[in-house]
Amino acid sequence: MALTNETIKDRLITKFGEQLSHFEEPYGLLTFEAPKDLNLKVMQFLFDDEELRFQFLTDLTAVHYPDQKGRELAVVYHLHNLTDNIRLRFKVFTSSEQPDVFTATQLYSSANWMERETYDFFGVNFVGHPNLKRILNVDEMEYFPLRKEFPLEDQTRIDKDDSMFGRGPLPATV
Amino acid sequence: MSTEQHIKLREGSIEKTTTTLNLGPTHPATHGVFQNILELDGERIVSAEQTVGYIHRAFEKLAERRPLYQITTLTDRLNYCSSPINNMGWHLTCEKLLGVKTPKRVDYLRVIIMELSRISDHLICNSVVGVDSGAFTGFLYVMQYRELIYEIYEEVCGSRLTTNMGRIGGFERNFTAAAWEKLEKFMAEYPAVLKEFENLFNRNRIFMERTIGAGPISAERALNYGFTGPNLRAAGVDYDVRVHTPYSSYEDFSFDIPVGSTGDCYDRFLVRNGEMWQSLRIIEQAYRKIQDMKGAEAEVYHADAPEYYLPAKSDVYTKMEALIWHFKIVMGETDIPPGEVYQAVEGGNGELGFYLISDGGRTPYRLHFRRPCFIYYQAYSELTKGAMLSDAIIVMSSLNLIAGEMDA
Amino acid sequence: MARPVRFNIHPIQADIKDNISLANMPEGYTGEGFFTTKLSDVVGLARKNSLWPMPFATSCCGIEFMATMASHYDLARFGAERLGFSPRQCDLLMVMGTIAKKMGPVVKQVYLQMAEPRWVMAVGACASSGGIFDTYSVLQGIDQVVPVDVYVPGCPPRPEAILDGFMRIQDLVGQESIRRRNSDQYKGLLQSYGIQ
Repeated sequence: MALTNETIKDRLITKFGEQLSHFEEPYGLLTFEAPKDLNLKVMQFLFDDEELRFQFLTDLTAVHYPDQKGRELAVVYHLHNLTDNIRLRFKVFTSSEQPDVFTATQLYSSANWMERETYDFFGVNFVGHPNLKRILNVDEMEYFPLRKEFPLEDQTRIDKDDSMFGRGPLPATV
Repeated sequence: MSTEQHIKLREGSIEKTTTTLNLGPTHPATHGVFQNILELDGERIVSAEQTVGYIHRAFEKLAERRPLYQITTLTDRLNYCSSPINNMGWHLTCEKLLGVKTPKRVDYLRVIIMELSRISDHLICNSVVGVDSGAFTGFLYVMQYRELIYEIYEEVCGSRLTTNMGRIGGFERNFTAAAWEKLEKFMAEYPAVLKEFENLFNRNRIFMERTIGAGPISAERALNYGFTGPNLRAAGVDYDVRVHTPYSSYEDFSFDIPVGSTGDCYDRFLVRNGEMWQSLRIIEQAYRKIQDMKGAEAEVYHADAPEYYLPAKSDVYTKMEALIWHFKIVMGETDIPPGEVYQAVEGGNGELGFYLISDGGRTPYRLHFRRPCFIYYQAYSELTKGAMLSDAIIVMSSLNLIAGEMDA
Repeated sequence: MARPVRFNIHPIQADIKDNISLANMPEGYTGEGFFTTKLSDVVGLARKNSLWPMPFATSCCGIEFMATMASHYDLARFGAERLGFSPRQCDLLMVMGTIAKKMGPVVKQVYLQMAEPRWVMAVGACASSGGIFDTYSVLQGIDQVVPVDVYVPGCPPRPEAILDGFMRIQDLVGQESIRRRNSDQYKGLLQSYGIQ
C-alpha cells in the first residue's frame, strides 16, 4: 500500500486527535498546523513510525504575520520521506511576546543552524538549543530584521536619497 | 564594530595545550568568506567552530520588495557558479504558483542550460580541489571550456556570470544559430577535455593520497545533517531531485546517478566527475529531441501566458491587447493567486528549495531559500574531527562551499 | 522573432604582429651612453609592470576574477603573475564582491596591514557603492572604510573591464610622485578614514 497524503493524515489524527488542525494540500503538499508544545512530539512520531519515516528535515523557517494577534510568528517545518518520496509541511504558531518553541536539534542535526537563522531573523527562541546566537547578522544587532515592522534599507546611510526611490522617511519604530 | 570579535581565545588560555588557528574570512583556501576557528593539537584538529554571515545580503528581505519577475536577479547571486539553475528554479516556483504550463521545447531548452551550468559548477569545484592540493594545471586547462559555456550563455541571454536568464514561462528569445553552433562545438570538444582532466587526477597517486580518507561521512549522519547533492551521493545515498521530484521534463531523459561509498573527498571528486558525464548525456539527448521537433513546435520558446509573460515589443506598439497586458504586467496589476508553494531543483550543491508565500500582492509576502551550502556546512566540525590541517583545507574546497549561497 | 547574429560567429585569428607591445621609455634626456629621467618615472615604470595584487574575492566578482586570472584573459601579461594572499607582501588590494557590515572591519584590517605604497581597486558595483543590495547588512561601498583609487563598475564586470581597471591603476602607479605618500593631502585622506 503506497503512502499517500490521506494515510498520513489519518495516522496523524489517530495519534494526536483534535490538536492538529488546518489540514490542506496546496499544490499537492500536505500541510497542517500543530500547537507549539507538540512540535517535537509530532516530529518524533513522524520520524520513528515505521510506515511514515519522515527522517529528513528539508527546511525550517519562520513567517511573521503582524496582524494575527497572539499568533504572529509561524515556524514552518518541511519534512521529506526519502524512501517513499513524500513531502509534508507543518506549522507551529507562537506569539511575538513570548516566542518559545522547542528545538529540533536532538532529532535532526541540520536544525542547528536553521534555528539560529530563524532566531536571527525573527527572534524565535528555541528552547534547548545548544548555541542560540546570531548567525548571519552582526552579533551586536539589537532587532530582528525580517519582522515586517523593520525597513529593508539601512537608515543611517548618507549617500542614497530615499525620496529618489519613491520612499519617504519611515515612522520612528527603528 | 570591534576587530577582536574574530579571534576568541578560550577561558584559561594560558593553560590550554591546543593552538587556536583562525582560518579567517580572508584566506586563500576559503573560496568565499566564511571563518573557521580551529583548535589544533599539533597538526591534528580537535574542534572547529564556524562563523558565517560575512556576505549576508538580506536576499529574503529584499525579495519582499520586488515583484516576482525582478527576483530572478537575486537568485543569480545565490550559487553564482551556476546561476541559470537558480534562475530556472525560481521560474519553476513562480509557474507552479501561477499555474503556467510550459511547452516541451521550453523544458528541453531549460534542461540544456541547467546541465551546462551544472558542468560549469562542478568544473570550478573539481579544479579548485586540484589547486588546493597543489595542481594548478587542471584549473587553467578547464577554465577555457568554462569560457565556452559563458559564450553560450551570452548568446542566450547576454550575460556571462549572473545571467538573469529566461522569464516566467520560458525564455526571452529563441536560441540563436550562433548559440547552437557553440553548443555543438562544446559537445564535440568537451568529452576529450573531461577525459584528460580525469587522467590528470583520478589515478594520480599524490592526489589520491591527499583526498582518500579526508573528511568521510556516513550516510546516516549525512542525512541527519541535511546533506543533499553530490556530497550526499558520495556518502552512498542516491537522492537526486531530478529523479525523485522531476521538474522541467527531466522524466523524459535517461541518466544514471553516480554514487560513492565513504563520502570522503575522493568520492566527492569522482561523483562530480561522474555527474559531468551524465550531464553531457542529458545535453545530447535534449539536443537530439529539439532538433527532431518540426514545424510550429520548433519555434516555441515560451509558454502561452500573456498575464505573466511580457508580449513582444512590436505587438505592444501595434496591438491593443498586447499594450494592455504590457501595462498590467509592468504596473503590477496582474492577479497573483495567494498561496504557498515549495519547489525544489537540483542545484550544483544539492536541493535548492524556494518556499514562496504570496498574499495576492505584487511582491511575495515571504520568500525563503533553502540553501544547501548553509545546511551542510554545519557538518564541517564533524567531518574534520581528528583530521590534519591540510585535510581540513581539502575538505573545505571539496564540499563546494559557495559563500553567496551560504549567507544569502 | 530572432534577430540574425552578426558578431563573433567567425572570430578573427590572432596575429602575433598585433599582440606585441613594448613598454615605452619614460621621457628623459638622452646622450651618448647615458639617459636621464626623473626617479619617479623609473620607479613608476618598474612598479606598474610588476604589481602584486591581493585578491579579496568575496562573491560573484571573484569568479570573474578567476576567469581573468585564467589563461583566456590572462592577468599575468600585465605583470600581476604573483597573487599574494598575505597583505604584507602586496601592493594592490582588489576588493571583488559585496562587503557586508560584518566584513567591513576585516577589509580595514587587511588594508592596514599593507605596506606603503598601496593602492585599492573596488571591482564591481557592490564594492563601489553597495550595488543592487541597498539593505541593512551591506556596506554601501568600501570607500566607507578604506580610500579607493579605482572603481570598476559592472555586475559582474567583464574580465576586459577588470583588465581596464587594472590598466588605470597602472597609470596611477606610473605617474605617482615620490613625495605623495608623505604629503599632507595624503595624510589628511587617511585621517578622514581614521587611519594613522
